[in-house]
Amino acid sequence: MTELLRVRGLNVVFSGFRAITELDFTVSGGELRFLIGPNGAGKTTLIDVITGLTRPASGSVRFAGTELLGRREHQIVRLGIGRTFQTSVVFEQLTVLENLDLAATFRRPLGTLLRRRRGIADQVAEALETTGLAELADRPAGVLSHGQRQWLEIGMLLAQRPSLLLLDEPVAGMSRDERARTGELLRQVAKEHTVIVVEHDMDFLRRFASTVTVLHEGRLLCEGTVAQVQADPRVQEVYLGRTRKESAELVKEAS
Amino acid sequence: MVGTAPAGPTRRRLAGPALFVAVGLLLVAVAPAVLSPFRLDLLGKYLCYAIVAVGIGLAWGRGGMLTLGQGVFFGLGGYAMGMHLKLREAGPGGLPDFMVWSGVESLPALWRPFANPVFALAMVVLLPVTVAVLLGLLVFRQRVRGAYFAVLSQALAAAFVILLVGQQGLTGGTNGLTNFQMFYGLDLYQPGDKRILYLVVVGVLGAMFLLAWQLSRSRFGQLLVAVRDGEDRVRFLGYEPAVVKTIAFAVSAGMAGIAGALFVPMVGLLSPANLGIVASLELLVGVAIGGRFSLAGAVGGALLVNYAKTIFSEESADNWIYLQGAMFVVVMLWAPRGLAGLAADLRTAVRHRRRRPPRSVPAPLPSGTAAVVANRAEEPA
Amino acid sequence: MATLNQLVIGASIGAVLLLIALGLTFTFGQMGVINMAHGEFIMAGAYTAYLLQPLVGTQSVLVALPVAFAVAGVLGLILERLAIRHFYGRPLDTLLLTWGISLVLQQVARDIFGAPNVQVRAPGWLTGGLDLGVRLPYNRVFIMVLAVGCVLAIWLYLTRLRHGRRMRAVMQNRQLAAVSGVATERVDQLTFFIGSGLAGVAGVALTLIGPVGPTLGTNYIVDAFLVVVAGGLGQLRGAVIAAFALGILNSFVEFWVDNGASLAKVVVFAVIIGFLQLRPQGMFVVRTRALS
Repeated sequence: MTELLRVRGLNVVFSGFRAITELDFTVSGGELRFLIGPNGAGKTTLIDVITGLTRPASGSVRFAGTELLGRREHQIVRLGIGRTFQTSVVFEQLTVLENLDLAATFRRPLGTLLRRRRGIADQVAEALETTGLAELADRPAGVLSHGQRQWLEIGMLLAQRPSLLLLDEPVAGMSRDERARTGELLRQVAKEHTVIVVEHDMDFLRRFASTVTVLHEGRLLCEGTVAQVQADPRVQEVYLGRTRKESAELVKEAS
Repeated sequence: MVGTAPAGPTRRRLAGPALFVAVGLLLVAVAPAVLSPFRLDLLGKYLCYAIVAVGIGLAWGRGGMLTLGQGVFFGLGGYAMGMHLKLREAGPGGLPDFMVWSGVESLPALWRPFANPVFALAMVVLLPVTVAVLLGLLVFRQRVRGAYFAVLSQALAAAFVILLVGQQGLTGGTNGLTNFQMFYGLDLYQPGDKRILYLVVVGVLGAMFLLAWQLSRSRFGQLLVAVRDGEDRVRFLGYEPAVVKTIAFAVSAGMAGIAGALFVPMVGLLSPANLGIVASLELLVGVAIGGRFSLAGAVGGALLVNYAKTIFSEESADNWIYLQGAMFVVVMLWAPRGLAGLAADLRTAVRHRRRRPPRSVPAPLPSGTAAVVANRAEEPA
Repeated sequence: MATLNQLVIGASIGAVLLLIALGLTFTFGQMGVINMAHGEFIMAGAYTAYLLQPLVGTQSVLVALPVAFAVAGVLGLILERLAIRHFYGRPLDTLLLTWGISLVLQQVARDIFGAPNVQVRAPGWLTGGLDLGVRLPYNRVFIMVLAVGCVLAIWLYLTRLRHGRRMRAVMQNRQLAAVSGVATERVDQLTFFIGSGLAGVAGVALTLIGPVGPTLGTNYIVDAFLVVVAGGLGQLRGAVIAAFALGILNSFVEFWVDNGASLAKVVVFAVIIGFLQLRPQGMFVVRTRALS
């Protein structure tokens, strides 16, 4: 598999506080990668750095060979990296369809901006289909439930046609049903895209057989399959160490 | 009124264009026939302000940029036109009257190119647009926004006026430019010619309105609303919000410039008092009262407020100030969406009453679990 | 020598701007409101000094300072209670609302005191100046001392007193302060009172260097807002530096550049836009991770 994202020697400092220290992190094309770690591990910070929201003190972030550091957020999006946020932000005054259409627009020629939208573009229709929001297309996004907003955000990402998707805690605050549906959605999305997911939820994570990267206090702790990671004593120590019982269970399960 | 109207019954889709045509007919055919030349001049003046209001509706209503310095752009357009008209009057080699009075002996270099009518017309738009683009890119790219932008635009208006007043020999100082006779072949002292000028103003207002309307219903308009409501999120759609905002700001500045250029022959004078802090805020009053989220509201509000100003100022200027202050307070406290907002609420209320008791709208559910009937007539709040 | 003279003039204007900007930066930072009527509190302070003059005589400035502080403070409190508190976190709406109120207040002043400017006579010990090769006018020196004293008092209040610390807490995180048991509403009122009161003090200071008229506040409010923009929101240090820098820059351009009086504001504006290219959020800013 080809290397798509390559982070080297990354350091992020927030007024004296070291959020990320000397981090190396690589993701190959087509991967579905989970980022886990206790609070303050630097997961969201890493995503913020990749997408241009946070400027690191030093290091390098290369995407398909292109250095991302120093570029503005929208330029990075145009290179093919899309992201969602922990608290989903959609444009409440616009309809679901308009939200998706807007996300798809930057790849169009400039002149189309000045015209009114007519019909539904292919990538928008696909996104509607994939997220299952087709029947809500004409509703203002403001009426959507929390879960639907997350799906709309993922749909907006798809409409952007990115090659790398970064999802920041997509199932946080979701009901059981919504989680299941999001899981389905994620599986589908991961077929055609490279995806990095920040997630706390171990249950959710266990259902995907894929690589997991564990961060702790801004450093890379370990990397491997779910089973490998769960078996790693260091992970149990920092991440699961709080309740001995649960970690014991997890070890049992993993072995 | 935000965003595009959802596809509703044909009757409602035609209401907008019908209103546009009706108001157009009223202004083109009825007003010149029934109003005295004096009143028609006043109406023409209000219409100039309405052109500015269309631009403010775009920048503030759609784009969320509260511009307290629109007078600057109005002034740039106005002075560009005024300089040309003064030079026309003075004739080749002559000096404008105020320069003679303040002892200027030869025409300043800044003035010379304005003798060319095409150059002057181009400057009417280019000057304000250039200033707006410069300011917009410098300010918006640094993510200076909201109240900070409002304060900066106001400071620009303050600085501009002090500059104009101070450069007496170049600008006519406090008195500004006065005594215009001719405007591109029209005799401004002839009621007939003045009526033609009035019709030009109406035509320009119509064109600017259509331009702003097209912009707001286009993808650009949606993008602008998106930037207003979530600038940081828009970056992750692959756009630089600063560019989107700057374009809308520049368009509104260009409109203000054109309005200023028409104001000069219409009213016959332009002075710093027409474009300072207070004047710039007065341009906003109408939009706030009419309803910033609706272009029609902005135009209606501008006409209404300026009419009210004339009426009340005829009695006493003090009353007008009290009334104007009170209007701001009342609108902001009780009707922040302005008259257009009130009208929209009223329409919704009437529609709901006419219909059967409102069915409870089913809470949206994920598809697959339950079919959701999209209530298409529901208008976004 | 002329340089020193301009420096004193600029610094004294900066001192007045600082007194005005303090109130603005705290109400904006803490409550997210932009109070355009703040300028009218300056005017109220100045007219207070004017009214006190026949009653108290030549030492009226000293009496006027606390009285003007109270008068302007109470006016601010009334405004906050009646209108502004409904608008927290909506800076653009408050801006328009308070501009309407400011228009009305100016007209009220015009109706009471008349449109022409009035003069307040400075006490004898403030006329004349200190001769150091160049004359340092006592009134300007007094204004600077006054401003420095006020800033010191505010600084002590914010850092040493429990009330002041509460104010900083509300400014930094309103919700957290509220659930931590801070009566945010009371803190807001107090902030408004102090901020408006300082504008009143600035008004008294202005009577020492010029006449008093209904539009006195309008002339200073725009510059004071620029101080807030350049200094950073709710930042005492930023406000101090920005105010003096702005006052002095203004005074130097007026003096050194040909026809400078008309150019000074343009230059100041350009400098501030330039400064924002380097520090878009003002001089001092706390970095946070939140997405707006």
